[in-house]
Amino acid sequence: MHFKSLTELKLALHKKDLSSHELVSHYLKRIERFNPELNTFITVTSESALQEAHKADALRARDPDNAPPLLGLPMAHKDLFCTDGVKTSCGSKMLDNFIAPYDATVVRQCRDAGLITLGKTNMDEFAMGSSNENSFYGPVANPWNTAYVPGGSSGGSAAAVAAGLIPAATGSDTGGSIRQPAALCGITGLKPTYGRVSRYGMVAFASSLDQGGPFAKSAEDVALLLNAMAGFDERDSTSLNVPAEDYTQHLNRSIAGLKIGLPKEYFKNMNAAMQKTLDEALTVLEKLGATLVEISLPHADLAIPTYYVLAPAECSSNLSRFDGVRYGYRCENPSDLNDLYLRSRGEGFGTEVKRRILIGTYVLSAGYYDAYYLQAQKTRQLIKQDFDDAFKLVDAIASPTTPTPAFKIGEKASDPVTMYQCDIYTLALNLAGLPGLSMPAGFIDGLPVGLQLMGHYRQESKLLNIAHQYQCHSNWHCQHPTAME
Amino acid sequence: MTLSIKKVQETAYLARIAMSDAELNRCHHEIEQIFTLIDQLQAVDTKGITPLAHPQASQQRTVADTVTETDQHEKFQALAPAKQLGYYLVPQVIE
Repeated sequence: MHFKSLTELKLALHKKDLSSHELVSHYLKRIERFNPELNTFITVTSESALQEAHKADALRARDPDNAPPLLGLPMAHKDLFCTDGVKTSCGSKMLDNFIAPYDATVVRQCRDAGLITLGKTNMDEFAMGSSNENSFYGPVANPWNTAYVPGGSSGGSAAAVAAGLIPAATGSDTGGSIRQPAALCGITGLKPTYGRVSRYGMVAFASSLDQGGPFAKSAEDVALLLNAMAGFDERDSTSLNVPAEDYTQHLNRSIAGLKIGLPKEYFKNMNAAMQKTLDEALTVLEKLGATLVEISLPHADLAIPTYYVLAPAECSSNLSRFDGVRYGYRCENPSDLNDLYLRSRGEGFGTEVKRRILIGTYVLSAGYYDAYYLQAQKTRQLIKQDFDDAFKLVDAIASPTTPTPAFKIGEKASDPVTMYQCDIYTLALNLAGLPGLSMPAGFIDGLPVGLQLMGHYRQESKLLNIAHQYQCHSNWHCQHPTAME
Repeated sequence: MTLSIKKVQETAYLARIAMSDAELNRCHHEIEQIFTLIDQLQAVDTKGITPLAHPQASQQRTVADTVTETDQHEKFQALAPAKQLGYYLVPQVIE
């Protein structure tokens, strides 16, 4: 049951082959059994989940025709979405004691769609990381090989879905934090267009880059989840005020005739195993009638340096609210106000977060602003223009999601520059605000490989269409780690 | 560029982050490496390029200046670690 897709479970509930209570109980037992090994959950909300399951079963029995679309299906939220009355830690000691007094819009929307929250998933502290080794609650293990990282920062969500501890989860993506762990864990993850999913109640890292999105096994499941999560929200001043879409509507459309661009800059220097795996995936798309076209994104090499100026700058500003005064961690016995600030932040934040705050503070400080921050905003414009030009030629762009499959826990932890290279293919989309998806495309030495699909603004339906058609003609998304059976 | 350890120390103070000497040394080394990466931007000709602060070029919308929230004082008080007479107790911030 636990490796079935959300779509299959939805049908089983509808046909009354199983109850929501049975389903939720089953996943809670899975979490109890495997979480000690994987560390995917920070908080498990068993009691409220079982209560909600009872209510869902009662509602379905009473009024099956008016049941919400995803009634009684279990899910989990990345621990940066505020959940009313439940700890929202952001993977940080700073918020270890923080009980959110309200629901994020995404959390409310998922509940309105009938989904039941089973808990909050582990993550890199304040969503900063590519390996989920930066969590106050310890690293998450990759279910395909527990000596390896699941990717980050939404590593807990991705690993939990891959391990069959939950059929769906939310994540957030500031520089690849949905797509990269989706690739490394062998599942499907979507970063929507900036503004498509509300950021209200999602703890901010870099506000011009952050975007929430779904994880599931297949593109079809992701489309169902995006239907629940997407939409205009008055409470988010950057929310896109555009008509709602049904993201499942075009899943079965033929992709014959679509032009898919392959940026030459993303395929250079790729190792032979990755190249072979991706070539096979691209051949499937070609057989389905898509035309593969080589394109160029000439400023692709600027994505990492641009991102590592802008994201830390925004983070240094956003995280200034954590001062030990109003909420969150406060140091013991401060001698004065300055000591309170210095030690609360010094003791409350982890290494990666502190490093990024320092970089951000530096590039925004007097004398350095023009050379770094303003220059990075200009190179951001160049990166965005590359995509604008490319999408005049093609319908979508395909690339590897990551340069390699998952790496060993600890392998890159002491070398931030090497770690930052993990996001080389994902950062540019966040800088441009575009949607992107990662889907399973094969394995290398038993570890999953992801293919990234990138689209123009608000073209999530097209990406989901291409991914679904690929998944109708491949079975990589149906694989699961046998150790987690 | 060369970033002195003194500059990193000053920046840590600006950001109000206490660091031990060992932490400062390690952070200095790592930040220097990161700036080697970031400094690639200095070679890019960006004359005439408009800075992009945000992926949405459109103007921020406005909202009516009306009360939309309900009174949740009791709920918030229940979550507060320290409170008195309906207020939230925080450390002294004005010296």
